[in-house]
Amino acid sequence: MVSDISKDMPDSKIPSGPIAEKWTKHKMDSRLINPNNKRKYTVLVVGSGLAGASAAATLSELGYKVKCFCYQDSPRRAHSIAAQGGINAAKNYQNDGDSVYRLFYDTVKGGDFRSREANVHRLAECSTEIIDQCVAQGVPFAREYGGLLANRSFGGAQVSRTFYARGQTGQQLLIGAYSALSKQIAAGGVEMYPRTEMLDLVLVDGHAKGIVVRDMVTGRVHSFAGDTVLLATGGYGNVFYLSTNAMGCNVTAAYRAHKRGAYFANPCYTQIHPTCIPVSGAYQSKLTLMSESLRNDGRVWVPKKAGETRRPRDIPEDERDYYLERKYPSFGNLAPRDISSRGAKEVCDEGRGVGDTGLGVYLDFAAAIDRDGEDAIRERYGNLFQMYEQITGENAYQTPMRIFPAVHYTMGGLWVDYNLMSNIPGLHVLGEANFSDHGANRLGASALMQGLADGYFVIPCTIANYLAGETPGTVTTEHEAFKKVEEEVSQRIHQFLNINGNRSVDSFHRELGLMVWDKCGMARDREGLTEALKKIPELREEFWKNVRVPGDNNNVNQELEKAGRVADFLEFAELLCYDARAREESCGGHFRTEYQTEEGEAMRDDENYAYVSAWEHEGVGKEPTLHKENLEFENVKLAVRSYK
Amino acid sequence: MAKKLQLTLKVWRQPSGKAEGRIETYDAKDIPVTASFLEMLDIVNEGIIADGGEPIAFDHDCREGICGMCSLTINGCPHGPGKGVTTCQVHMRSFQDGDTIWIEPFRADAFPVLKDLMVDRTAFDHIIQAGGFISARTGSAVDANATPIPKPVADAAFDAAACIGCGACVAACKNASAMLFVAAKVEHLGMLPQGKAEKDRRVLSMVRAMDDHGFGNCTNQYECEAVCPKEISATYITKMNRDFAAASVKEAVVTEF
Repeated sequence: MVSDISKDMPDSKIPSGPIAEKWTKHKMDSRLINPNNKRKYTVLVVGSGLAGASAAATLSELGYKVKCFCYQDSPRRAHSIAAQGGINAAKNYQNDGDSVYRLFYDTVKGGDFRSREANVHRLAECSTEIIDQCVAQGVPFAREYGGLLANRSFGGAQVSRTFYARGQTGQQLLIGAYSALSKQIAAGGVEMYPRTEMLDLVLVDGHAKGIVVRDMVTGRVHSFAGDTVLLATGGYGNVFYLSTNAMGCNVTAAYRAHKRGAYFANPCYTQIHPTCIPVSGAYQSKLTLMSESLRNDGRVWVPKKAGETRRPRDIPEDERDYYLERKYPSFGNLAPRDISSRGAKEVCDEGRGVGDTGLGVYLDFAAAIDRDGEDAIRERYGNLFQMYEQITGENAYQTPMRIFPAVHYTMGGLWVDYNLMSNIPGLHVLGEANFSDHGANRLGASALMQGLADGYFVIPCTIANYLAGETPGTVTTEHEAFKKVEEEVSQRIHQFLNINGNRSVDSFHRELGLMVWDKCGMARDREGLTEALKKIPELREEFWKNVRVPGDNNNVNQELEKAGRVADFLEFAELLCYDARAREESCGGHFRTEYQTEEGEAMRDDENYAYVSAWEHEGVGKEPTLHKENLEFENVKLAVRSYK
Repeated sequence: MAKKLQLTLKVWRQPSGKAEGRIETYDAKDIPVTASFLEMLDIVNEGIIADGGEPIAFDHDCREGICGMCSLTINGCPHGPGKGVTTCQVHMRSFQDGDTIWIEPFRADAFPVLKDLMVDRTAFDHIIQAGGFISARTGSAVDANATPIPKPVADAAFDAAACIGCGACVAACKNASAMLFVAAKVEHLGMLPQGKAEKDRRVLSMVRAMDDHGFGNCTNQYECEAVCPKEISATYITKMNRDFAAASVKEAVVTEF
């Protein structure tokens, strides 16, 4: 069922007025809560990454009572920590013509014109304050000899606006947010619950008023009530099994909220990063990203003939296909992420992939070493070559690296309005878990910016628009709604432990991941998606009959934890494929092979698809209902991206 | 195809924090040398599940050396063979066919075992809560370039800030001292101009929190530095001792600071 555009969509609450004044106006129009009254409200924050930790710390500073939950053993370990490259901000410290408007423009264009202008402009506005805040916390950004902050450039921009901390920007920003959170925990403003996993959302009279969690050490299932719930639970990249996400990243919190009525927006926008270390065997558990910067000096190639068995150095120059240089002469090896990724898939599909598995392409530094010398290359990329050698045992100064694309980030997420509230009153969604700022493709160094903007600056203002209308503390866990959901969660755990089948949880997750990667990965078509939509329910059925979850629920049980997450991925995968099938165009990370130009470029259809797809759950195994939020482009002109 | 190893594992199994633990023996068969150490354990666990047993519990998350969750003592060494790596970055090519590998948790009184190879490191969080921050309320910051920080100072602060809080330093120390962990945070923040205001209070309260949680003293053995996956230098401990002494003297003669 497809509803008419915007007809039954909740109001996105985008403020009126010129783009540059919307956020200022909204802050002025937002409701306020007296400092003495703030302490009466309890805010439940799920997740402690950049968005969750910054929100929990800041809301507590404002006076709200905060309870924060994470599945890791400490909030310092959330997966934001793994971001390498940097964080964008429109500081214009380089005097190279940057501005809030330019950052806004680049981000809308980079998102292939599928994001909300107003949200993106606000993000660009907040970017500068983020850098100030982080420096004040002691985040050791890179500096020049004069003591001022250094910048570098990143993909999709022609100005140097990326702030960085060696290759560990995410770690340093997260430790900054974690230290602010720790300060508030010590001050008694935040109660922290590590090793605690949210397993469901509790609605009272249609409002999000609590969560049901499982204590991952004792197995106890219990509830927390609050006046509002914030989900900052990250993306769903692990639906593909193999990704650059941490092993524990999952869709459960967001998906459970979806099953309780929250719309899930644009799940088909998934980002595949072209430079990762390839899979080495069936036992592989995760993929490791290699910085995109390597493509500045490395040349990508595969053998011209399929089934080549010679070592790379023995293959003569005229039997090599430098396919990116051939197809995109002006951008060459620096073609954007989505295009490079698809190029690699194509040559591997033709049987020309390299390595034991045939799923890899060469990234060759021989020419750069001949030109600049090994020392110069070591200076530029030494740590990356070392990391590559650690994992593969190969010396990339002597033999080309092997790389392959991998799932890296998900732009889709729960639908939110301008206040970051979902269509369920009281349910707010922050960071990668929401859908709003990156459109169909995220630019490098923008994820950290969005997580921190949402947590430090947006939600502390907008949360009052909901809370001011609520009488604090009216709902407790004694309410029957809590008992009911707790019972459902316990029942499900009981079910997992009593199937006693023949297959491990991981074996199902792997099979699902391969299927989704194959049919809904770098390139998609109607036929393949339809096939996946038939096969996913079959696999899900087998899972519920034949999975084996050993142990009990009175203790640490990692198989049980995984079973719950994989069970949700087995339902979510269907939603992903429905969305990918319904979007009959190619844009950003969503490439439908039916919609491409003769040269193989993505073909957007602005006339028919310039909208956000917001899906409503109708029951497991049933086709979800599509609602559409029209995207208005009043400032940035819709244009075709070309990299020839 | 990659070479395969036949290994014997001696693994610490402990059903829960309260239960007794013991070493159990497992065969790890046909392990590809290209697998990571944790993938080797995944393979062994698949076999245990297939045989109707309970898999070996161990902490891990990012599997790329940055989250600090993985925490195995391999053949007596926290994070196993190789310098500057976490457990998840160890690959099986570091072992020989026929090897016996001993796998234990990070051991320290302040890190009680939760199950098998998983330990509770919340003591580290409590130490940070005691003062491992700069009190900079959101919204109160001045422009990021208002205070230039000389590059050598910024770089030295960064070297200390690289700590991932894994606890290998504690597990390696015969006194189970957390000095390297605490010193890294105290010096990261204390060296920077924005961290100076709380410098004395920070070092006193973090060191005291460390003592309260049952971590031992430093006797200058430097095992911590040797196993640190981020290669943080033990010289930060020296610096912290100096800061602690200065702050203690001030505390004795000044009532409030």
